[in-house]
Amino acid sequence: MAWAQSFGGLGSKAADEFATPLRNFVFDFPNDHGAHPDYRIEWWYLTANLEGPSGVQYGLQWTLFRTAVAPGEEKGWSSPQVWFAHAAVTTPEAHFATERFARGGIGQAGVTVEPFRAWIDEWKLEGPDMNSLSVQAASPDFAFDMDLLATGPLVFHGENGFSQKSAEGQASYYYSQPFYKISGTLNLPEGDISVTGSAWLDREWSSQPLSDSQKGWDWFSLSFEDGEKMMGFQLRQSDGNHYTSATWIDVNGETQSYPDGAFMAEPIEEARVAGRDIPIRWRVRLSDRGLDAEVLALMPKAWMDVSIPYWEGPVGISGSHNGRGYLEMTGYQ
Amino acid sequence: MTNTILRALLSYWWRSPLQLFTFLMGLALATGLWSGVQAINSEARASYDAAAATLGEGQFDQLVPRAGDRIPQSVYINLRRAAWLVSPVLDVTYKGVRFVGIDPLTTPTQMSFSSDAGFSLEDTDLIFGNAKVASVLEGFVDVIIDKSIPPGIAIADIGVVQRLFKRSDLSRLMILPEQPIRRPDLVEIAPELVVQPSQQIADVAALTDSFHLNLTAFGFLSFAVGLFIVHSTIGLAFEQRRGMIRTLRSLGVPLSNLLSLIIVEMGLLVLVGAILGIVMGYTIAAMLLPDVAATVEGLYGARVSGTLSLRPEWWLSGIGLAFLGAGMALAVRIWQIMQMPLLSAVQPRAWAIASAKRIRGIAILGMILLGFSGLLALIGTGLGQAFALIGFLLIGSALVLPWLTIKLLDFAPGKGVVTSWFWADTRQQMPGLSLALIALLLAVSANIGVSTMVSSFRVTFVSFLDQRLAPELFVRVDEEKTASALEKYLLERDIEVLPLLTVERPVVGQPAKLYGVRVGRTYRESWQFLGADPDVWDQVARGEAVIVNEQLARRNNLWVADEVDIAPGLNLPIAAVVGDYGNPQGQVVMGELLFRKLYPNAVATSFGIRTTDTANLRKAIQADLEVPDSGIINQASIKNMSLEVFERTFAVTAALNILTLGVAGFAMLMSLLTLAGMRTPQLAPVWALGLTRTRLGVLELARALGLSLIVFICAIPLGLALAWALLNFVNVEAFGWQLPMFFFPADYAFLGGLAVLATLIAAAWPAIQMVRKPPAALLKVFSSER
Repeated sequence: MAWAQSFGGLGSKAADEFATPLRNFVFDFPNDHGAHPDYRIEWWYLTANLEGPSGVQYGLQWTLFRTAVAPGEEKGWSSPQVWFAHAAVTTPEAHFATERFARGGIGQAGVTVEPFRAWIDEWKLEGPDMNSLSVQAASPDFAFDMDLLATGPLVFHGENGFSQKSAEGQASYYYSQPFYKISGTLNLPEGDISVTGSAWLDREWSSQPLSDSQKGWDWFSLSFEDGEKMMGFQLRQSDGNHYTSATWIDVNGETQSYPDGAFMAEPIEEARVAGRDIPIRWRVRLSDRGLDAEVLALMPKAWMDVSIPYWEGPVGISGSHNGRGYLEMTGYQ
Repeated sequence: MTNTILRALLSYWWRSPLQLFTFLMGLALATGLWSGVQAINSEARASYDAAAATLGEGQFDQLVPRAGDRIPQSVYINLRRAAWLVSPVLDVTYKGVRFVGIDPLTTPTQMSFSSDAGFSLEDTDLIFGNAKVASVLEGFVDVIIDKSIPPGIAIADIGVVQRLFKRSDLSRLMILPEQPIRRPDLVEIAPELVVQPSQQIADVAALTDSFHLNLTAFGFLSFAVGLFIVHSTIGLAFEQRRGMIRTLRSLGVPLSNLLSLIIVEMGLLVLVGAILGIVMGYTIAAMLLPDVAATVEGLYGARVSGTLSLRPEWWLSGIGLAFLGAGMALAVRIWQIMQMPLLSAVQPRAWAIASAKRIRGIAILGMILLGFSGLLALIGTGLGQAFALIGFLLIGSALVLPWLTIKLLDFAPGKGVVTSWFWADTRQQMPGLSLALIALLLAVSANIGVSTMVSSFRVTFVSFLDQRLAPELFVRVDEEKTASALEKYLLERDIEVLPLLTVERPVVGQPAKLYGVRVGRTYRESWQFLGADPDVWDQVARGEAVIVNEQLARRNNLWVADEVDIAPGLNLPIAAVVGDYGNPQGQVVMGELLFRKLYPNAVATSFGIRTTDTANLRKAIQADLEVPDSGIINQASIKNMSLEVFERTFAVTAALNILTLGVAGFAMLMSLLTLAGMRTPQLAPVWALGLTRTRLGVLELARALGLSLIVFICAIPLGLALAWALLNFVNVEAFGWQLPMFFFPADYAFLGGLAVLATLIAAAWPAIQMVRKPPAALLKVFSSER
């Protein structure tokens, strides 16, 4: 969410004109899978834990972001919408990342809902509906081409998809599809690798997700061996305190949301990455569910060296619960 | 004590203000012209670099249309969605300003303005340009002034440029250096586009190099002349201070202290001289820059900022050279002081009197250099060798000059005591004057050489304009409809009309312009070729052969009967090579029918019209076809515009001519003044024998006149050899064209007059000093004879 913060000043002129998320919002699908140009920021955020033929672990990320300098949409170059996207593949030895940019209004990037298609340049996440998708991206060093199949329902975070981000009331609309089976091919410098695994799609849009006193966030999406899942995040405040939130997802997709303070994440080991000290081993706890586990980065140098840099990569879980997941850390200077 | 010694050393300069002046002026002149020329060059290069970076033309490959100059925006989107990472550019020229519309989100990050120009996604309505562009566009659009943007260019978001000029398409697509894997071929996505490699897009810096080398050569010439002055002043100062140095050492000053203080003293003086020179250089550059800017823009279409900035690369190089040059002269003297016995006698003039043997030795070295130069003329290739040839030629001649002058004086006419003494005295003065004479020789011959080249260029260019601009009127229309109406209108009235069909397309792998011409009387009669088959135009009209310009031919080592690729799968022989001056690009001329077959979409929007009644036809076309006045151009006005470019080039050359002659004149003045001060002991006996002071003064003037005439006579063949080398080697290498050499005797006579005048002015002061010298001063020579 560092981009949210870095782009925070971008639309300051028209800040008041953007729509803001409200409680008791009723989602309207499939339209809400599409873009919401009246909100300042939005993303289609796919992460996947993959396994190669010899059991080697990989991570994959495909994200399309939309940000607006003013609410609404216009045809042509005067569109206030800006699109950008990140793609990454993490192997135990290396991390590949790349990005793309596009202006709205000219057809270079966008999202349609029926059939579903989110694209920027030749990158795309598309399918007849959200349950069955394919995803592609390419860079000068790597590419991937994967198929996704949902095996469970959409899940909604916070209060039925209204996800609060601070005590002051900043919030976003936030839902996920954490039940994708994924398979396909990674094209890496060492060759093509067939992989299978599980993927998690986050959908979130808002106009002002962070408060001024928040300097970054740590976000966890964890899939345990027993089929249960958890999404948890903490927003780090400049006074040293945290604002946390979590959603527990059972095997059927039933959710329970936890308010600030229930979920706890503390860094226990840091690594020097891209000139910064980045926590790569965490202790995460959610006592209501008996969770007390260590989360360890598969590849500590999973640094997204893009215009607005951050850390994002696959993790392993061990302790009270075992499993795999994805970790995103932003705002580390 | 250090202070006292330094004061003693410096006191010499206060007692000899003239030498101080000579020393400082010599350094200032040397650094001045050098740094002035460097300032111009670095300003120009910075402008080219900025332009190349801004437009992305020099750095990135581009996609351009095979025909026409527009790319539909949908083609851009299709390319991006097919993994072609390209960034769109829309170029529109309005009021002489090139609007460059870009998409800041997709421009390559290596492009300089994306950060400098302060683009923000929030304010995509802004237009950026320099102050001059802002004032040109005042009233049309508001321009945010940004110095980092090259001259003549306005940068804005592509959407803004599209809105301003009601366009919905693009001009070209920059190809980003990093492309994703698994990218399809261009022909599958956009077969109507072609890749234009970056390094082959007219490399402005390389094109203008020869022009800047011309300037640099002038700068270096005056630097060398200035250093002659410094060298002789330092020599004189040390020779005259031998007594003081001896006294100081006898008083117990250690040699090392003395030497370090001399170095400090010289360092201070050189610094002052060099700073004066930088100020002078800045002034010269500021004066010349507008003309230089106009010249390179006219010749190459390259824009140079008209305002000068103080760039460290030129002022540092100026100061550095001043220290280096003075340091070399000083090193010799310091070495001498170190070798000097403590109590050696003062030997005035000893510094100046080189033996005849030494002069002969130097002349032999000069002849060897001239031999090298001749050898290079026979076997040399390449721009570097062309300049080496010129360097050897100039330095060799300079070294031969003193010996040659003495030899020529042997043939001096006249008998009688006074005449014999006069010539003998002149020969005797040669060592002291030789540096000044060399300076004069270099200045005059460089002027003859460069003005011969520039004037030959001009004569050739004017006749070239006459053939290329044969049609009396040129009409430009915007729409296809008007174009066909115009053609019909003129054909109905039986007026010869020549549509100018053109596309840009790579030929032999380089960007070139293809022309389709309607072969008729005009082309047959007015075009002259450098090499041609007998029935050029018939072959061209039948579409069996093409005409190429000299640049394309020379660059690719092609000539008549060789083949070039005109279109995919079509190679045609060259029927003729045509001279094409002032244009860096390759050109291929083919018959209209062939052109229309190859490029059916190309539309002629420019027409040449043959008429005897330009005024009435112009009015008729305006009235009947509603062509705006600005769309009709009289041939004469194009010609004037082109000639104006050359007048500017001449202005720069002429200014540098005067400046280098001025430096040479100053060198002469200083040498004569130095000599005059020391010649009293030699003139006193002559005066005592009955020659009046006035007569002696007149003889001084006559000597200067005689010597400058000898120098001038030597300078003519040297200057012509220089011009020949410039035209036959430098031009061919740098511009890709060879020019016939023309002679301009009137110009040379004028230059000769200037050189003689400069010498006379230089000689006048010492002559007047002689005339006014009190008899007592002359008598004192006898009483204080050593």
